[in-house]
Amino acid sequence: MTQQVMQGWLRSDGRKGIRNTVVVAYLVECAHHVAREIVRPFEGQDVHVIGFPGCFPNDYAQQMMEALCTHQNVGAVLLMSLGCENFQKRRLVDFVAQSGRPVELVSIQKAGGTRSAVTFGRNWVTEALAQLSDLPMVEMTPSDLVIGTICGGSDATSGIAGNPAAGRAFDALISEGATCIFEETGELIGCEHVMAERAVTPELGGALVETVQKAVRYYDRMGYGSFSQGNAEGGLSTIEEKSLGAYAKSGASPISGIVKPGQRPPGAGLYLMDVVPDGAPRFGFPNINDTAEIVELIACGAHAVIFVTGRGSVVGSAISPVLKVCANPETYDRMAEDMDVNAGRILNDAAGLDEVGGEIRDKLVGLANGLRTASEELGHHEFVLTYKTFEPLGPACLPAVTQLDRPEIRQTPSGASP
Amino acid sequence: MTEERRDLLVLNITDNVAVLKRAAEAGSRQRIGAEGVLEIGVPLEMGHKVAIAAIAEGKDVLKYGVPIGVATRDISPGDHVHLHNLASRYTVIRDWEAEE
Repeated sequence: MTQQVMQGWLRSDGRKGIRNTVVVAYLVECAHHVAREIVRPFEGQDVHVIGFPGCFPNDYAQQMMEALCTHQNVGAVLLMSLGCENFQKRRLVDFVAQSGRPVELVSIQKAGGTRSAVTFGRNWVTEALAQLSDLPMVEMTPSDLVIGTICGGSDATSGIAGNPAAGRAFDALISEGATCIFEETGELIGCEHVMAERAVTPELGGALVETVQKAVRYYDRMGYGSFSQGNAEGGLSTIEEKSLGAYAKSGASPISGIVKPGQRPPGAGLYLMDVVPDGAPRFGFPNINDTAEIVELIACGAHAVIFVTGRGSVVGSAISPVLKVCANPETYDRMAEDMDVNAGRILNDAAGLDEVGGEIRDKLVGLANGLRTASEELGHHEFVLTYKTFEPLGPACLPAVTQLDRPEIRQTPSGASP
Repeated sequence: MTEERRDLLVLNITDNVAVLKRAAEAGSRQRIGAEGVLEIGVPLEMGHKVAIAAIAEGKDVLKYGVPIGVATRDISPGDHVHLHNLASRYTVIRDWEAEE
């Protein structure tokens, strides 16, 4: 571990951002093109498009957008509305304004159409960038960091080198007081009882087992099998072995709690994000791709996300940097420009798991000291947000707190129609 | 006498299997840490598991420091550990009522 100066932008809620991004958010797909046109001249600067494509309202999406627009890496927010969509836009404006961030809501219908909305939006972003450049920076320490982890485009190297190295980075960061979040209960089937033993209370252990059992039921209903012939050819023998390969990302620290997408962990330590919707499956797959999971980790407050890949993913994200760790030496050689950490060195005998874990930790800390990830440099700002339904967290999920700052995840109105 | 190779990765010190970092030939002699050398019986691809200790039938196979299943026959050091001698202990708990 190396000592590095870390600096960030202090927000009104006390959190410190490692980016000072202007977010342009479309509130329905109909406003997506206008949002994209607004950010085009700002290529290479931290001006990112996010948004929700649906016209019907959804409590999960509303809470996700509130969490994302007030994320510590975000400095200002421009909301692009067509005008007639059902998103609760006033509520979002008020929520962002209460955080002290510059915020503007533009109705394309009122603005007079595409061109005038784009012109207004570009002028607003130009002013916001000037305003944000004056914001002073404050010192940070690793204990300020919230880090998420996912794996995607996985192969045999992910489970034996990439994910264990990410787990070592988590353990190092947690020992320094950071907050870490892992996820995807559908990939933890078979290791829920091992996971439960790491819970800080027996009740939390029971709740961890329940999240995985919920995932079993949900994925069964989707017709999604967990263990394939390809897994066996790659040397995996049992479902628990396959799941442990993904679970290795979580490291070996005690598990402090469970959060749901859009909820921030209440303190330092390791948390599981429960991504599988509650109730009967209604809107399809829990997460339709890797980006949907990255966005949920960011909505839980992640400053940055570790992405372990073997076959070679190229994605980044809006709002928070994605640090890509590639454990397949051949993939790394072929796609080095898209990767941040060469964990293939583990399989080439050039480095051990601890050494690569330390490099991941150092690069995450470096993101608060001028370092930019490969996907940031390449202009990757992927974003996906879809419909989901969640119920409130159970009482055993966060043993360290008696009261959450935002405990409610509201039930989606069923069959809502304008 | 073939040269000693170091193709095996032990993920946790309590494990009784190691995983191949790259393909290994039948008869290759593999060094495990400082403790010893074992011989692999069959050619194996990257990601496959090799026993680094004797595992009696009915005992847990440990990888990542935790059980990944149970040995279905006696396993000797150097043996390939896979579907032919390892079975899942996991019983999926399903809510059948919810699926009706």
